[in-house]
Amino acid sequence: MTGYSTAQVWMIIAAMGVGTFAIRFSFLGLLGDRQLPDWLLRHLRYTAVAILPAMVTPLVLWPQATGGQLDAPRLAAAAMALIIGIWMKNAIAAIFAGMGTLYLLQYVLS
Amino acid sequence: MAAASPKSLYWKGVRTAAPFLLMVTPFGLLFGVVATEAGMPLAQIMGFSIVVIAGAAQFTALQLMTEQAPIIVILASALAVNLRMAMYSAALAPYLGPAPLWQRALVGYLNVDQTYALSIMEYEAHPQMTVAGRVAYYLGVATPICPFWYLATYLGAVLGSTIPPAFALDFAVPITFLAIVAPAFKTLAHVAAAVTAVILAVALSWMPYNLWLLLAALAGMIVGAEVERRMGRTRMRPS
Repeated sequence: MTGYSTAQVWMIIAAMGVGTFAIRFSFLGLLGDRQLPDWLLRHLRYTAVAILPAMVTPLVLWPQATGGQLDAPRLAAAAMALIIGIWMKNAIAAIFAGMGTLYLLQYVLS
Repeated sequence: MAAASPKSLYWKGVRTAAPFLLMVTPFGLLFGVVATEAGMPLAQIMGFSIVVIAGAAQFTALQLMTEQAPIIVILASALAVNLRMAMYSAALAPYLGPAPLWQRALVGYLNVDQTYALSIMEYEAHPQMTVAGRVAYYLGVATPICPFWYLATYLGAVLGSTIPPAFALDFAVPITFLAIVAPAFKTLAHVAAAVTAVILAVALSWMPYNLWLLLAALAGMIVGAEVERRMGRTRMRPS
């Protein structure tokens, strides 16, 4: 890691640790057993299905491994993982389907 | 029907989470490998995985460090990636709020994508669970996941360069995220939330500092909640 001193890297680690804990503990710590309003709970139900696809989008469309170029095997692998995951309701099956598709296409196309 | 004991719920959590080692392990290995190749010493790599336990944020920080970004940008981006966990915390609060403070702090430390997702599904499916039972189940779910995150990171850092690039471990990250989220597409509202977030992730990708991620996710949540409100809450299918 050039560009950062050892102390600076540890400072980054410590600050990320404290910040991440504060985020994770936030409502658990402050709210106790108070009830959250319905409208807030209704929004919270869609946190995972909104943020995870958003986070995945650039990784699938512009993968770093191909220098940010659209890559057919990776696109197909992502589609397969999504289809199998929705169809079988099984995350592990989806991972195997996705990575299997990627390995197969990379083997066939290379 | 008598409520299950905390002990049996702990072991149920362990059993439920065990298969997820298949996704935690490649993730941790990958972080160890990538960080080692970026020139980070073992102690700092382990520091990240033990102190932070957040794959996506760790990868974000690592990526920005290799780009020599200012420290404030590294911290803001990595914590922005983790902001979704405030939602996890809020979603868990109604179920775990009455638990003692130290238990809630422990849950907070262990509050990662998989532990949250598996636990909240169990809490929703079994509303009669006791608070002690919920905490036990949570710790059970975390038992295989968090220690293996440390171990996999260590193995990745040590084995590092011996894993051939043909394994395309880089793509295990998005595939894992997709695999986690796909089974959650239960209603039109879930799909609408995801589609909105994806479209905005592309449309706003020019924004710096991961702001696009926060805005896309927020818009997705609003659309999902609005679709649900208009359609009336549909019963979740048992999974």
